[in-house]
Amino acid sequence: MTSETVLELRGVSRCFGANTVLDHVDISVKAGSFTALLGASGCGKSTTLRIMAGLEQPSAGQVLLNGENVSDKTAHERNVAMVFQSYALYPHLTVAQNMALPLAMRHLSVFGRLPGVGRLSPGSGGVRKMIHEKVGHAAEILGLEPYLDRKPGTLSGGQKQRVALGRALVRDPVLFLLDEPLSNLDARLRIRMRAELSALHKETGRPFVYVTHDQAEAMAMADQVVVMIGGQVAQAGSPRSLYEKPASKEVAAFIGTNAINLFRPEDGVMGLHPAADRHVIGLRPEHVSPAEDGTLEAWLETAEFLGSEILLGLRTTTGKFVRAIAADDYCTPPPGSLIRLGFTPDRLHAFSGESGLRVELGA
Amino acid sequence: MIRRSLSRGVSLFLLIVGAMGILLPFIWMVSLAFKPRDEIFSADIDLLPTRLEWNNFVVAMTQTDVPLYLMNGLVVVLGILVFQILFTVPCAYALVQRRTRWRTVVFACVLAALLVPFHVTAIPIFLGFAEMGILNTYWALILPFIPTAFGIFLFRQFFSQMPKDLFDAARVDGMGEMEIVWRVAFPLALPAATAFAIFSVTAHWNDLFWPLIAITDPELATPPRGILYFRDQESGDDVGPLMAAALIITAPLVLAFLLAQRKFTQGLSAGGLKG
Amino acid sequence: MIRLSRNVRDGLTDFWLAGPATLAMIVFIFVPVLVVAVLSFTDYQFGARDFVWIGLGNYSKLFGSALGQKAITNTLLYVALVIPASVGLGLFVAIGLHRMLDWAPRLSHLLRTVYFLPVAATLVAMSVAWQMVLHPSLGVVNQFLTLLGGEPKSWLSDRGLVLYTLAVIGVWQTVGYNMILFLAGLTSIPPELYDAADVDGAGGGWSRFWTVTWPLLGPTTLFVLVVTATNAFRVFETVATLTKGGPAFASDTLVYALYREGFVYFKAGYSSAITMVFFAFLLVLTIAQFRIVERRVHYK
Repeated sequence: MTSETVLELRGVSRCFGANTVLDHVDISVKAGSFTALLGASGCGKSTTLRIMAGLEQPSAGQVLLNGENVSDKTAHERNVAMVFQSYALYPHLTVAQNMALPLAMRHLSVFGRLPGVGRLSPGSGGVRKMIHEKVGHAAEILGLEPYLDRKPGTLSGGQKQRVALGRALVRDPVLFLLDEPLSNLDARLRIRMRAELSALHKETGRPFVYVTHDQAEAMAMADQVVVMIGGQVAQAGSPRSLYEKPASKEVAAFIGTNAINLFRPEDGVMGLHPAADRHVIGLRPEHVSPAEDGTLEAWLETAEFLGSEILLGLRTTTGKFVRAIAADDYCTPPPGSLIRLGFTPDRLHAFSGESGLRVELGA
Repeated sequence: MIRRSLSRGVSLFLLIVGAMGILLPFIWMVSLAFKPRDEIFSADIDLLPTRLEWNNFVVAMTQTDVPLYLMNGLVVVLGILVFQILFTVPCAYALVQRRTRWRTVVFACVLAALLVPFHVTAIPIFLGFAEMGILNTYWALILPFIPTAFGIFLFRQFFSQMPKDLFDAARVDGMGEMEIVWRVAFPLALPAATAFAIFSVTAHWNDLFWPLIAITDPELATPPRGILYFRDQESGDDVGPLMAAALIITAPLVLAFLLAQRKFTQGLSAGGLKG
Repeated sequence: MIRLSRNVRDGLTDFWLAGPATLAMIVFIFVPVLVVAVLSFTDYQFGARDFVWIGLGNYSKLFGSALGQKAITNTLLYVALVIPASVGLGLFVAIGLHRMLDWAPRLSHLLRTVYFLPVAATLVAMSVAWQMVLHPSLGVVNQFLTLLGGEPKSWLSDRGLVLYTLAVIGVWQTVGYNMILFLAGLTSIPPELYDAADVDGAGGGWSRFWTVTWPLLGPTTLFVLVVTATNAFRVFETVATLTKGGPAFASDTLVYALYREGFVYFKAGYSSAITMVFFAFLLVLTIAQFRIVERRVHYK
């Protein structure tokens, strides 16, 4: 099992002065996996990624890369690749030079790297040829061939993004780290790049660690999602397990396209479950829908037609706001109508009122 | 309408009169440099020569040490600039990018050094150089100007505006810190480097104070020091060649200024920060 | 091979990056400042084997002797002459050229180039040219004076005149620099403010100046004043080239005196005291300059 683990963080903490950014974080990344670090801004996910890269040192704990403790190694001693949110392309180099740079750093001597003079360095010819081929190959995969001689300043956001990916791809690193790589792209391009990233991941066979604040992105691409809240790992698992068994009400609130309905005991919405007077009950909108024989009564306030479904906003007789989803053929009554809602009992989640942690309800 | 054109006329007139005043020594220098000897010593006012006497330049360039002075000036100015850049850029980078404990101490040193005019340090440096026996060498002219607090300050300002991700990307790509300085930070700081180079080259090409102190050997004289040797030797009848020499010495910077006016005004007014 | 810990390696990298420049500052700036301060309390002479502590002797000589006082008062008079003329003319030229941009932009640019020329030119070479302009018999100034029926003057060897002549050259050299600083200040004034002044009835040239231009140029002006003062205090090249402090010390200034006492007469101790006094003047000015720069940054 451990032989499969490429990267492991063990009890990693990071403090800036009195400010604790990461608090005993344990993460393990398996070979060939796609791990998403998911969380709101300021939750420590970027710091975690920078610690994985070696750009930042942990205040406590260990970073293991292929079983070796690399906590003490700098970024360039670790052979990891990183793609930055701002792309971080070198503005003074062409696309080809940008992509070739990490290879040149790795394979050419200090003398051989010098522009111009480097060509005289013995043995550098073969290396140069190898670099040229690898850059060409990466450019082909990413469709960057027409732009190889351009400077990054003349490229569009999507093209810059591809160059940044290309720079990571050429070097065959042990691990790819991606820091919100799609957040500067427009929505349509973002969806397309998601698919391309997944394809790239399969092709390289290397583990990807992907930082994002967008749960849809994380759920769509990752096979392991690590939800981080307040500098701690709130839950790590497959997208499905996170969705079906969120470990706390915070995780439940973070995962899912539509925000989950949380009923606290004081909301007075009874009849969901016998435990509703002790625990917080969570129920996703997609599991609540209008039903003739429903047990919940609520007044309709808003209805958003989304095409494939209709998102309803309602208020119960006790004044609690509830979201529900109806099928696209549902005949929406006028706002103010009293509607009966039904739900799937085995989709109920219960969380402790004090700690917010998941409580397993007896069958 | 009439009032407006009147006020325009008056200010135009005053500005042109002022400009003539500014140009007067330039015109006189050029005019004397091209005047034959008999016209220089004539009592009539002739702002311009009646015929161009190129011989003054021939005399200045062949029978005097002016070419040597130009050469010395070039060596000293470039030597100072190269060393300043080599020392200054990594330090400015460290002040922005490195989380060292010493950062505040070094930056405090930079600010303190900005307060010290060069004249203040002349006596001890002269003493030290005399002790080491390097007075009357190029090193004596170059070494004292290597630390440039102004340069560190300027580059630091520039580096602090660069995106941090870029340097992190370079680290992940396998560059050491020194390599990041020269392969990423410095190429991107070229505008700052140009302004600094113009400032530094102008200041040291034109400096008289330190060459007057550190150099007694005419063979090592920089252009301003050299032209004073020339002037003090000539008995008063070599005005033409002297003016030609003054013109030759002034020409490089003035021509550079005319060709790259915007960069020059930027570089030299950035120098206003310098203490 | 022993692997050093990352902290040690990081420390070495920091030293390798910032060490040389810091060391150079210590060797060529901070140590010399301390040495000058110490020497100013001694009677040390260049080449001498030892020295005697004489306390404030050098300072009382500088402030007590006629010659020392002369150097100080000359410098102050020179500064007092150059500041108002150079700043005032710089402001006038800047405003004139800025307005001219509306109706004759090319001429405005040309004149700007002309005014800035002395800043880039080699001052020593230009001083030699000035010497010929002001030459008692061959100079164009005296030739004009004679033509107009005036008395030719010895601009550089008349005791009563020489400092004023140097001040004129000082103004000639710095006016373009101040003009550039003022022009930068003027272009940063939003044109809407002038429109507002027009609407409010302050449309005439002078009232525009007093309601909009002058108040908004305030910080720039303060900065220009201090920079001009700092540069005027350092006057050396023209003195060394044209008068060597003469005649009879009528144009002796602090920097020239420190050069002469130290490097012509080799009185290192006395010269150090002059240096310290010069340093004190400049320190006040430079700190004022820092304050203004800081404030100007806050404005934005």
